[in-house]
Amino acid sequence: MSAPARPNSFRSGPDRHGHFGIFGGRFVAETLMPLVLELEKAYAAAKADPAYQREMDVYLAHYVGRPSPLYFAERLTAHLRDVAAANGSSGGAKIYLKREELNHTGSHKVNNVLGQILLARRMGKQRIIAETGAGMHGVATATLCARFGLECVVYMGAVDVERQKPNVFRMNMLGAKVVPVQSGARTLKDAMNEALRDWVTNVADTFYCIGTVAGPHPYPMMVRDFQSIIGRETHEQMHQAEGRLPDSLIACIGGGSNAMGLFHRFLDEPSVEIYGVEAAGRGLHTCLHAASLNAGRPGVLHGNRTYLLMNDDGQINEAHSISAGLDYPGIGPEHSWLHETGRAKYLSATDEEALNAFQVLSKLEGIIPALEPAHAIAKVLELAPAKPRDHLMVVNLSGRGDKDLDSVAQHLGSRL
Amino acid sequence: MTTRIDRRFATLKEEGRAALVTFLMAGDPDADTALAIVKALPDAGADVIELGMPFTDPMADGPAIQAAGLRALKAGQTMAKTLAMVRGFRAGDDATPIVLMGYYNPIYIYGVDRFLADAKAAGVDGLIVVDLPPEEDTELCLPALKAGLNFIRLATPTTDDRRLPTVLANTSGFVYYVSITGITGAATPDAGRVGDAVARIKRHTALPVAVGFGVKTAAHARSIAAGADGAVVGSALVDALRSSLDADGKATSKTVKAVTSLVRELAEGVRGVARQTAG
Repeated sequence: MSAPARPNSFRSGPDRHGHFGIFGGRFVAETLMPLVLELEKAYAAAKADPAYQREMDVYLAHYVGRPSPLYFAERLTAHLRDVAAANGSSGGAKIYLKREELNHTGSHKVNNVLGQILLARRMGKQRIIAETGAGMHGVATATLCARFGLECVVYMGAVDVERQKPNVFRMNMLGAKVVPVQSGARTLKDAMNEALRDWVTNVADTFYCIGTVAGPHPYPMMVRDFQSIIGRETHEQMHQAEGRLPDSLIACIGGGSNAMGLFHRFLDEPSVEIYGVEAAGRGLHTCLHAASLNAGRPGVLHGNRTYLLMNDDGQINEAHSISAGLDYPGIGPEHSWLHETGRAKYLSATDEEALNAFQVLSKLEGIIPALEPAHAIAKVLELAPAKPRDHLMVVNLSGRGDKDLDSVAQHLGSRL
Repeated sequence: MTTRIDRRFATLKEEGRAALVTFLMAGDPDADTALAIVKALPDAGADVIELGMPFTDPMADGPAIQAAGLRALKAGQTMAKTLAMVRGFRAGDDATPIVLMGYYNPIYIYGVDRFLADAKAAGVDGLIVVDLPPEEDTELCLPALKAGLNFIRLATPTTDDRRLPTVLANTSGFVYYVSITGITGAATPDAGRVGDAVARIKRHTALPVAVGFGVKTAAHARSIAAGADGAVVGSALVDALRSSLDADGKATSKTVKAVTSLVRELAEGVRGVARQTAG
């Protein structure tokens, strides 16, 4: 496939039909179409209303705890400079962590949920549904539903319910109903199918709070807008710390909301290298991975055209990753477009690499990352030693690792 | 240009009765049994045949049709085999309309132009693609109409009078009214409200209106047929098929008959009423 023409701006998308190049769109059943159009209208009105923005700013500051710090990872930087020196290089990038794991609820997910819940309130919707993989989006949704007294139903694959138990307990404690999904592969994609089935059934009173930059338009745009505070803060904080732009950005990708949030502010800064990291699971040569861009092709699922893992007959393959949050056979359509235009590079990290990075960051910085951003850290370990010392690298630490301790202990069991 | 669908609905209008539209999943529980069932449908009383194109992620379908798709895929069903099944049926029946129903991705991956050419050649008359609303008409709807296939659109209780013209603009063959907001095989529709909805749609179009989602018994079919041009039955047939399978989900000697006897009952229901509304 030849690359599409380079656009004048990478920040102007999507078009009014929700397309980023050929990606995106509104591939949903007719029952949902009026709801999707209603949402698009309501979001446009809210976006233009200063009162909505002000309300969001207040909760972001006092409930979520923003801005999140941009933290210089001194020991990780020193360690990777040692690695560079051992290879006869004088390099080693200066590494900053964007501390999204310090947000209330422990991940970047709350940025988006806050925006959607305030929107749902404006629209008069009393019942909120959500899908969740690792449970972080489910926890964030349950949290804000508790805060605003809304009914909350979270669909979660039965496999994920098992491997992310602490988050299931948290959601229950917050008053949400967690529905284990038994269909298909019983992970995130099936949870999303089931949430869509709920929405088709309960159209009048229900707001579907999607957790990532995927789904029918306007979700990919709207979720990106809510998450792009990550990149805006990073831009400002880096100017305060170093007086200039960062040289590279790295973030993990499942659906891709934390990555889109970090990247968006910088898309039109050509000096900034942008790296997304997909989950390579047991390796891209196996079929046990979740690397839609590196090993999939364009197709249509869950309301949008995007890169998907599938067989030659268009049937969707099950994804695999040690991290439940990356275990999705698709990716947000804007990432597919950034991939094809070449604006962002998409790498991948295996389960093994993520587990290693999980331990490295814990031991060097006293920060236990979630397994999802551990994939991004894994590529930092690889890329940073090859960069010069004045290279400023920002990695999005999108979530904390408490929820993963059980599964990490199981994987490392024999080696602990 | 008329299709078998247009001709069939015209004939039934002359006869003064509604159509029985049957849905089954292509390749469920295996390609040979599914073909045997489909071949037996017209005799049992099916007027229009809908064949599901199986998909791993059918987001508008309930458990019965989800399971049917997975059985078919497990038995090795592909788009090529679904088209072969239509050819197999057409060899012995050139009158009964066949509508393929499913989701866009398997068609997109097969290739839109190739799919339309192969479907037309196989004897397909119309398409229902659940996740292609009018907003995405350039993807498949317009090319399908150009290729001489009907593109049958779903209208739902959420499709209000303002939106109906958009939905109906490029619809042909018939309009499929989804009688409930929900997934296939869920709640049973209220016949009175369905009649009102059909009348509302008919104010916007001269096309026949068939009603589906939740039609399960001969009595339902009868009450729906009284107010619409067709009653669509899917999940109930798929359930009848499933209950005839052995413990491993394989066909038994009862499988074909399990489906055809229910179709016979439903057909009696549909034929037992004279139409109350002029089409």
